[in-house]
Amino acid sequence: MSNLVIAEHDGAEIKPHTLNTIAAAQAAGGDIHVAVIGSGCQAAADAAAKIAGVSKVLMVDSAEYENQMAEAVAPAIVKLADGYSTIFAPANTFGKNVMPRVAALMDIQQLSEVSAVLGEKTYERPIYAGNAIATVKSSEPTDIVTVRMTSFEPVAAEGGSASIETVSGTGAQDLSSFVGQSVVSSDRPELTSAKIVISGGRGMQNGENFGMLEKVADKLGAAVGASRAAVDAGFVPNDYQVGQTGKVVAPDLYIAVGISGAIQHLAGMKDSKVIVAINKDDEAPIFQVADYGLVADLFDAVPALEKELG
Amino acid sequence: MKVLVPVKRVVDYNVKIRVKADQTGVETANVKMSMNPFDEIAVEQAVRMKEAGQADEVIAVSIGPQQSQETIRTALAMGADRGILVQHDGEIQPLAVAKLLKAIVDAEGPGIVLCGKQAIDDDANQTAQMLSALLGWSQATFVSKLEIGDGEATATREVDGGLETIKVKLPAVCSVDLRLNEPRYASLPNIMKAKKKPIDMKTPADFGVDPTPRLTTVKVVEPPPRQAGVKVADVAELVSKLRNEAKVIS
Repeated sequence: MSNLVIAEHDGAEIKPHTLNTIAAAQAAGGDIHVAVIGSGCQAAADAAAKIAGVSKVLMVDSAEYENQMAEAVAPAIVKLADGYSTIFAPANTFGKNVMPRVAALMDIQQLSEVSAVLGEKTYERPIYAGNAIATVKSSEPTDIVTVRMTSFEPVAAEGGSASIETVSGTGAQDLSSFVGQSVVSSDRPELTSAKIVISGGRGMQNGENFGMLEKVADKLGAAVGASRAAVDAGFVPNDYQVGQTGKVVAPDLYIAVGISGAIQHLAGMKDSKVIVAINKDDEAPIFQVADYGLVADLFDAVPALEKELG
Repeated sequence: MKVLVPVKRVVDYNVKIRVKADQTGVETANVKMSMNPFDEIAVEQAVRMKEAGQADEVIAVSIGPQQSQETIRTALAMGADRGILVQHDGEIQPLAVAKLLKAIVDAEGPGIVLCGKQAIDDDANQTAQMLSALLGWSQATFVSKLEIGDGEATATREVDGGLETIKVKLPAVCSVDLRLNEPRYASLPNIMKAKKKPIDMKTPADFGVDPTPRLTTVKVVEPPPRQAGVKVADVAELVSKLRNEAKVIS
């Protein structure tokens, strides 16, 4: 029995979500092989070979995988899939984009956002924005699983010494092409892997006021997030969104500022270890999940918080 | 060109769902149902394409029980031209849905299929990508901006790091994200007009697709509840508790 993990990488480095995904594969038991599919991805394959618990790296290094277009990457995964009992990928926009395409090509019903691997082809996954947890058993010859990253502690990036096997590419495709991206670079930690997250909601009133949260974030080494309402209102970009349809986070500390606590937002953060809510409405649903609630005007409380943190 | 829009009947997003006592699933009897919110965005986009002269006909397809006709009527009231209901009681999973949609695409020949990126009941986020694979078409997922060109479309996608822009050859399957548009409310005259628009009734057998689920639900339970917390009086007490009690900041 062996598992194949599809690495998310940028050619040079393995992205951290891959390490959580490997942890899910460990829970399934058996050998773990990692597929690094890309263009000019030798360095990423070398990094994958060092990850603890990985016994083999399959590198498919070919021009058609530049920019990780699903139409190109999916056939490569299908080519590698033979003989594996389970194929894992992270349930982020990378895995969500490509894995259902793989599953359909293999005539397999995928399992999305798996939060626990119970063995014997049985898995847990949240449904209805995490308001119910389903235990699901697969009857497929190969299980195709995307992994809810926050449910699995990442494995160590170092300590392994896997062999690297080179596999030839699957050929160019002309269905889609990459035009460009706008990625905001920040010195703050990445939202889904940060130990502390401070998020703002509609109560922030505008984008400039997020500057207050950034000041607190800088003192705490925290990432800044937002509710859907704040993103829809244009206060901050889409990649800030925490929730059912945004990012799922589970930091040690989550501070919700001016967020009422809609179901779809709670779905993205209620597995945080400690939740703080600051809201002037003491009836706000966010207080029902908060360990510490502060009923206060955020425009007083947030600057005071920054000051108190010294 | 024709635009095909799959629409799913789901528990309304405002309803607080309840897990059935026998752990077989989520209670859907006597619960308000509506169109999956992402599918509304897809319908809106299709109707706007028609209004802009980029589409000739908008076809709304639903797969589900008899009552899914109401979901199709909602799409028709928003401006879709006709509907197709593939009637099926009981659970149907994304791969079977994608196979049924492929058969309908083969019959109708749309230039684009616009799907919601995920349904808010099973949160699977699979159908659009699967349909695209089965058709051998291009895919643009999580789309927040869509421009239809000559034989191709330019799509802006909401990805983890920000936004990504791609070009896809038409025909294509797109899955739409929240910020693509704001769906309209259907006006009363349009709701009345929608009642006269045709809905074609089909079954999975008509398309030779086996709807049997490949994944078996063993049980469905409520998530562990969070313990009720405390209210703090001021920022000083909050920081003190975070430092000394929760020990999450230094």
